[in-house]
Amino acid sequence: MTDAFIYDAVRTPRGKGKADGSLHEITPVELATQVLQAVRDRNNIDTAEIDDVVMGCVSPVGEQGAVIPRTAVLNAGFAETTAGVHVDRFCASALEAINLAAAKVKAGEAGMTIGGGVESMSRVPMGSDGGAWPTDPAVAFKTYFVPQGVSADLIATKYGFSRDDVDAYAVESHKRAAKSWSEGRFAKSIVPVKDVLGAEVLAHDETIRPNTDMQSLGGLPPSFAMIGENFGFDAVALQKHAEIERIVHVHHAGNSSGIVDGAAAVLIGNAEMGKKLGLKPRARIRAAASIGTEPTIMLTGPEFAAQKVLKNAGMTKKDIDLWELNEAFAAVVLRFMQALDIDHSDINVNGGAIAMGHPLGATGAMILGTMVDELERSGKETALITLCIGGGMGTATIIERV
Amino acid sequence: MTYKAMKVEIDSDGIALVTIDLPGQSMNVWNADLMADFAAFVEDFAKNDKITGAVITSGKPSGFLAGADLRMLGSGAVGVGKDASPKQQFEAAFNLNRMLRMLETSGKPAKALEKGEAYAKPVAAAVNGLALGGGLELVLACHYRVVADNPKIQLGVPEVQVGLLPGGGGTQRLPRLAGLQNAAMMATQGKPIDPKTALGYGIVQEVVPAGEVVAKAKAWVKANPKAVQPWDKKGFKFPGGGGAMDPRSVQFFMAANAMAQRETNHNYPAVQYILSCLYEGSIVPFDTAIRIESKYFVKLLTSPQTRNMIRTLFINKQAAEKGEQRPKGVEKAVLKKVGVLGAGMMGAGIAYVTAKGGAEVVLLDRDQAYAEKGKGYSVGLVEKAVSRGKLAKDKGDEMLARITPTTDYNALKDVDLIIEAVFEDPDVKADVIKKTEAVIGKDVIFASNTSTLPITGLAKHSERPEQFIGIHFFSPVDKMPLVEIIPGARSGDKALATALDYVAMIKKTPIVVKDTRGFYTNRVVPPYLNEAMLMVAEGIKPALIENAAKLLGMPVGPLALTDETSLELGLRIMNSTKKELGADYKPSGVEDLLETMVTKLGRKGRKSGGGFYEYPEGGKKHLWQGLSDYFPLAKDQPTADEAKERILYAQLVAAAQCYADGIVSDPQSADLGAIFGWGFAPWTGGPMSYIDTIGVDSFVRKAESLAQKYGARFAPPAKFREMAEKKETLYKAA
Repeated sequence: MTDAFIYDAVRTPRGKGKADGSLHEITPVELATQVLQAVRDRNNIDTAEIDDVVMGCVSPVGEQGAVIPRTAVLNAGFAETTAGVHVDRFCASALEAINLAAAKVKAGEAGMTIGGGVESMSRVPMGSDGGAWPTDPAVAFKTYFVPQGVSADLIATKYGFSRDDVDAYAVESHKRAAKSWSEGRFAKSIVPVKDVLGAEVLAHDETIRPNTDMQSLGGLPPSFAMIGENFGFDAVALQKHAEIERIVHVHHAGNSSGIVDGAAAVLIGNAEMGKKLGLKPRARIRAAASIGTEPTIMLTGPEFAAQKVLKNAGMTKKDIDLWELNEAFAAVVLRFMQALDIDHSDINVNGGAIAMGHPLGATGAMILGTMVDELERSGKETALITLCIGGGMGTATIIERV
Repeated sequence: MTYKAMKVEIDSDGIALVTIDLPGQSMNVWNADLMADFAAFVEDFAKNDKITGAVITSGKPSGFLAGADLRMLGSGAVGVGKDASPKQQFEAAFNLNRMLRMLETSGKPAKALEKGEAYAKPVAAAVNGLALGGGLELVLACHYRVVADNPKIQLGVPEVQVGLLPGGGGTQRLPRLAGLQNAAMMATQGKPIDPKTALGYGIVQEVVPAGEVVAKAKAWVKANPKAVQPWDKKGFKFPGGGGAMDPRSVQFFMAANAMAQRETNHNYPAVQYILSCLYEGSIVPFDTAIRIESKYFVKLLTSPQTRNMIRTLFINKQAAEKGEQRPKGVEKAVLKKVGVLGAGMMGAGIAYVTAKGGAEVVLLDRDQAYAEKGKGYSVGLVEKAVSRGKLAKDKGDEMLARITPTTDYNALKDVDLIIEAVFEDPDVKADVIKKTEAVIGKDVIFASNTSTLPITGLAKHSERPEQFIGIHFFSPVDKMPLVEIIPGARSGDKALATALDYVAMIKKTPIVVKDTRGFYTNRVVPPYLNEAMLMVAEGIKPALIENAAKLLGMPVGPLALTDETSLELGLRIMNSTKKELGADYKPSGVEDLLETMVTKLGRKGRKSGGGFYEYPEGGKKHLWQGLSDYFPLAKDQPTADEAKERILYAQLVAAAQCYADGIVSDPQSADLGAIFGWGFAPWTGGPMSYIDTIGVDSFVRKAESLAQKYGARFAPPAKFREMAEKKETLYKAA
């Protein structure tokens, strides 16, 4: 099979996902447009050579609807022969978009593609697309649906992570993110977002708080205790996990991923097209995998996705130098480290979504780009990128520096 | 046209007054006759130009219409046999919906109504009394609803309580009138509302004095010759936030789904189907919505679970309460005054329920202060009921005035029945029997509320053993619905009849059981609780044990229940049984655990400050963390299903043994006793219904495999093995 190489990876900075966030005035199409243009312009590509743009987006309604990647391709002024397709795998949408783009390259369907994602959570709020899963009684009952926050608290309870454990993890996330920014570790991939006048509106991740400490987090009330206890979700979770007496609610706004706006794009192609366009490959996509897991605890998928992708790659845990798991909730990462026996110093080395935010449809591409940069900076060889996913899934990708 | 179950009078304005009045019945219900009559009427109403509108009312002073005849539904099908195809079942079940739809549209197509090209003839309901289930659904299908101003009138859709859903458009018209949330509450909980609340919900339009319901309904019909239901009008919107696809409804459904799962533990599909009817039905036009409803209705109606629930919770419960086991030909006992001996917890409770049932009570104890304290229990309950508005102050006072605390045996001289609830000691009882029989009338029945002593043995202390019987109450007496009646070897028909008449008076559910240690329920509950304690001793996570029981449908976990009844009592009963049986005593395996908990750790139960649970002041109880220090957790834990099975079969096998041994003489008593005695999962219809549903042979095979795995206590009774071989069922007309 043909190899799929990563030629470039860019992302916007992440803006606070509220009306007072810096990116709130920028439309999601424009966010997607600017990362596509950045890929084109940084690499000086004739876009007629780009076969397809695959982008994740989790709330594809309203201004994010109607196949936003194709809209962005046209808006970016790409050749009209460049197609666009939207994918949705909840929080792993953008990593899935990259995997699909890479698969097209590997299969010989495409020579050069862009994978990525976009989400303006300030403009199209989470849950805007509705869906049968939580609301249709026939489905909600069958799947023992609970909101993700309750699942995260269930993970903490089930695997023994205290409020202090999750808070300490969050403090470290902010510390690492701040340090990475101060050392310029994201410089290679950040594309500042510009407004209609061409003026820069945001060049820096907006939600990092370097001074976060145990005291400041300690005062935050748990976010999911009320819905868990009053609306019955805790009870539903325990119907699936009957060995637990009660869920201890430990997650709050400070140790869960932030709500932000942003977009990312990764240029992926075969060696031949890379050569033709005069590009130098930065990494190879070695293997990818997705898996379904128990949907009520929901967020334990990365453990199983990681094992599956290692198997697909013919590798073992020892072959991975760096691990990157989206910080949806602190307990998700703590459980992953516990399950696979991974040292904290080898995972999420530059901080994660607790500090910098999680623009749902774009995060997978952002953290993959972070790993491309980090492999080059540290001189390491391999990285495994994974995310937990709504509905009980995991998606994972292994990349290696070339 | 002539009708059997109703009367139709057409006045000079062409308005038909339909008076539903089932001959020979005290209450109107939807039965085959009324269905046929009403279908014929609706047909005529739609076509006959001489009829301009209709008012529907009831000829019964007892109410409007109490719903469908559950005996008709209990057979598992409406009008067509159980073996009918799903399509035939649907068509039969859809009849009521079709008929009510025709009533509200006059047979005009929905599109024509919506475009204003056609109108329906006006129909108003004049509701003079309770309208439940299909009764309320008929009311809802009328364009205008007038209800008598009486807060006692119940309006509701209680079908869920027997495992059904409102199948006459109730799941569709209620949310369109009252909003999704109110409709969900009414239909998933089954609790009725009063006319004023219904007015507030928008379910009825007028609440008027009882005498005016028909006149007001007629006046509206006359004034509104062209009627269209709101949902047949263009631009109709659900009240308070739209249908299921309205973003405002998303949160409602998310929470409703979770809360319903919390309440039902996935054991009552009717609740999910009701929510599904609301969800799916609110997305589509009305004519599609009622088809969806009828399909879910058929799904429930044809399920063994619904059959079991209707049979036990409704038909057999009523039969038992009406005295099915009462000896024929014995005159009904007149119980004006009852003597209650012993004013302890049980005596105090018995005095309360007896006074509440309308009789005078002589509450006798050795010490006047104790007797007064016993009455105080009733005072407390009455005060609470009055303060919550559930009982009028004067009624409460009257009730309390009926209880006379005393120490004087002479006060018993004119009682009609004695219920003895003194200390569980044969000598004390013998003394009380003697003193009482010295003063009471010669024909007065003497009932003992013993829970541990055989009635036949106690009757030996009586000079009139044929008038001696056991009436076994459960604690707390005012809350527990079941009463076991235990005839001794020499108890006569009059004793049994009087005991059943008494239970009818206090509105509890009786079962008649054989005179043997523990009677029925106390032969099943200990093995059940022991199984849970054995699981603790084996190192199974206590939370898993408790949750498994709750998942099974038990109201509380067995460890919590053990805490309530006290571990100390468990140890005491165990020790006395050991002493009594001597070499015949079979160890239950929990001896060491009870010794450790009670003697070594002082964890005797809830009242003594804690047992398996901790009871923090002002906080929620939680499992005692120290338990695992003494009973270390096993490395391999069972699955929830394995734990559930153990807890279920501990009860099934013990109940089956009682039936096999004739302690309960029929499956219905075994089922009623289980559900109303110790809260056995009501969704099953009881242990015998459950065994029938899975098949006696499946039960036997499963019990045998559990016996191999966990011990001989799970071995199925020989009688059940025989039944399995002969392919017999417990209920004859299953």
